[in-house]
Amino acid sequence: MTEQGVTSVVLVGVGGQGILLGSEIIAEAALLAGFEVKTNEVHGMAQRGGSVIAQIRYGREVFGPLVPVGSAQVLASLEKIEALRFHRFLAPDGVAVVSKQEIVPVTVSGGKATYPQDADQRLERVFPRLLCVDALEIAERLGSPRSANVVVLGALSGYLALDNAIWEEAMRLRVKPQFLDVNLQAFSAGQELAR
Amino acid sequence: MEKKILSGNEAIARGAYEAGVNLAVGYPGTPSTEILENMSRFKDEVYCEWSPNEKVAFEVAAGASLSAARCLVTMKHVGLNVAADPLMTLAYTGVVGGFVACVADDPGMHSSQNEQDTRHFARFAKVPLLEPSDSQEAYDFMKLGIELSEKFTIPVILRSTTRISHSRGQVVLGKRQEAERPIGFEKDPPRFVPVPVWGRKMRIRLEEKLEKMRALVNRHPANRIEWRERKLGIVASGIAYQYAREVFPEASVLKLGWSFPFADDLIREFCSGVEQVLVVEELEDILEEHIRALGIDCIGKEVVPAIGELSTDVLLASRARLEGRQATEPQTSVLPEVEDLPARPPVLCAGCPHRAVFYALGRFDVVVTGDIGCYSLGTFDPLNRIDTILCMGGGVSMAHGMDRAGDPRPVVGIVGDSTFFHSGITGLLDIAYNRGGSTTIVLDNRTTAMTGHQCNPGTGTTLMGEKVQAASIEAIGKACGIENVVTLDPYKMEDCMDVLKQAIESPEAWLIVVRAACPLHARKKLGSTLRVDEGRCIACGKCLNLGCPAIEGGGGKPRVNPLLCSGCGMCRQVCPVDAFVDGEEACHD
Ligand SMILES: Cc1ncc(C[n+]2csc(CCOP(=O)(O)OP(=O)(O)O)c2C)c(N)n1
Ligand code: SF4
Repeated sequence: MTEQGVTSVVLVGVGGQGILLGSEIIAEAALLAGFEVKTNEVHGMAQRGGSVIAQIRYGREVFGPLVPVGSAQVLASLEKIEALRFHRFLAPDGVAVVSKQEIVPVTVSGGKATYPQDADQRLERVFPRLLCVDALEIAERLGSPRSANVVVLGALSGYLALDNAIWEEAMRLRVKPQFLDVNLQAFSAGQELAR
Repeated sequence: MEKKILSGNEAIARGAYEAGVNLAVGYPGTPSTEILENMSRFKDEVYCEWSPNEKVAFEVAAGASLSAARCLVTMKHVGLNVAADPLMTLAYTGVVGGFVACVADDPGMHSSQNEQDTRHFARFAKVPLLEPSDSQEAYDFMKLGIELSEKFTIPVILRSTTRISHSRGQVVLGKRQEAERPIGFEKDPPRFVPVPVWGRKMRIRLEEKLEKMRALVNRHPANRIEWRERKLGIVASGIAYQYAREVFPEASVLKLGWSFPFADDLIREFCSGVEQVLVVEELEDILEEHIRALGIDCIGKEVVPAIGELSTDVLLASRARLEGRQATEPQTSVLPEVEDLPARPPVLCAGCPHRAVFYALGRFDVVVTGDIGCYSLGTFDPLNRIDTILCMGGGVSMAHGMDRAGDPRPVVGIVGDSTFFHSGITGLLDIAYNRGGSTTIVLDNRTTAMTGHQCNPGTGTTLMGEKVQAASIEAIGKACGIENVVTLDPYKMEDCMDVLKQAIESPEAWLIVVRAACPLHARKKLGSTLRVDEGRCIACGKCLNLGCPAIEGGGGKPRVNPLLCSGCGMCRQVCPVDAFVDGEEACHD
């Protein structure tokens, strides 16, 4: 019952990983492409290292800002098990783009729970279409570990039908000038992975 | 025509700017905070401030409005409880310059201690209520609010919600238009002094204003009927409208943007034009109850939940219930791959100074009445050192209550710096005045961190970017009459322990100010990145009791995540075998 022709993207990760920027850039790109856009992001409490989610929807006409379960074309995650946690948003034929980073939650450190040792196998079982990316490693090689989010963004852009020029312009509008170059590099490194 | 993607909060700020607002004030609170932060970009034309609390902010705006300034005051839903006193009577006196109180609700309690519905307040105070359903309307209704406020000389409530404030969408921008009337208060005691003789007249005038508004609200473009199929008609306001459009694309809709005073004629017209009426509202059944009171049969909370936030998914289930189908709860069967995932709750950041205090308090048999801020996170394992939270400022006064009730254990009240200035001072004054014996700890991290690091009276800076004299918490404590006032550096954990022991064992009231800047805000490392020397580590797990996200445990010897480590060195102080060593050293090994 969701509207025809709406593209939905879900970005997840751990508070502090830079989900907000990713969502802003996608929204900007979709607007530049002439779509109606709605996004939603988590602010406040959850940003202190908790699980976070950002949702982006664009199309000819978009009503609610929240992505209905089972309808996202792309689910991108900056952390392995966060992808599993939010898997329900992905459409059956959707793509999961997952950074290979593992961040241990305090519940695990406190001995209250365990981090699944078989996270990779689980990802493969849950997501028929899966792209795992070494986002952090790539970003570190570029000398900017904080740009791992943009590497993932570059990778997920491969599954959205928006032009390269549009992505670049969106980055220009949303990334601070002093970080633009390295982030453009991070973006194209991510794009390469989705080829 | 300039079109931009704005969050609801950015849109409200932009709308206020264009509406010619002269003064914008408030107190931070998720999800309302970014309105004023964005407003301060217009500081050359708009005076902006973070007030110490919502009541003060509301009164500042009320004063400015009587001087004919156009005003915006912002707060989260619980903030309006604090500002309820001025609201209720400002509705009587009325305003001069346009006055909009933007209050942001948090259905689903993403970042709040309760889920109260601000729409009750509009009806309670008898003031107009505007409910935008997206960023464009957030912008439009802010402007409309100023217009209505001046037309009816009444304060207006603009109710946002988390999904309005923190969603982005397109907004078509315009130009700023200032009021023609010059700033200046015009004396008129019967209008502005609600002593009983004049107050009773104000009471009547308020009803007259409501009557005039009722005439307009039925034909105002903010309220509209969208005729589609006549089988089902939906009444909705705010974000609920969007979900309703998505889930019931065929239904006729009465969309209420200006939702109080109730648009009775419009409601009657709509309801008589459809076979069945469904009221879709987030949180309370305010519209539903009113529609029933008009003698109209409708369905509402039987199928639409009154608890928690709505969404397209929630409404899909409502639709199934309405149609007598089994609600196909999306994905009820949990996959085995996700069933046992470890929870990832929010935590105090690595290097957070609050951690040292909770760790130290863990060594004492005391009751800790806590408060609201990042330090609320001290409630959870492994720190587990906050026993109660009620409302801002409550940490100080509740400790006094327990102490005076004769609780057998010593009581410690904890508040942050912003919370102390908000409403902790009066509690401390009470302790001094009534000779209480509880210990008050102010966690002074030099910022209002939880809501995204705003300045406050103690930081020496303002929202407009000025440098000012910082208020001294110690001096305030002394001025209240507290004799034992101590300042501590939380990174010296032994000192903390010693002073806490002294204060807790003392029958007198103590004020302990724990001062260290929030490292997330200061954006600098506190020391070199540490690592665990595996040769020395005996896997005793003591460092894990700090609950630091940079120390990753989970069986065996812990390791430090170098991306998160702030170099604060607390782990070094709790490790019995000096296993934490400088990361740089690691390279030489
Ligand atoms: C009445 C009210 N207003 C605003 C808020 C939102 N709020 C929650 S915590 C907080 C600030 C806490 O700042 P501080 O006391 O300095 O602690 P910190 O987060 O810096 O540790 C605010 C404004 C609230 N919960 N209640
Ligand atoms: S933001 Fe600052 S005060 Fe809040 S948990 Fe992090 S370090 Fe502590």
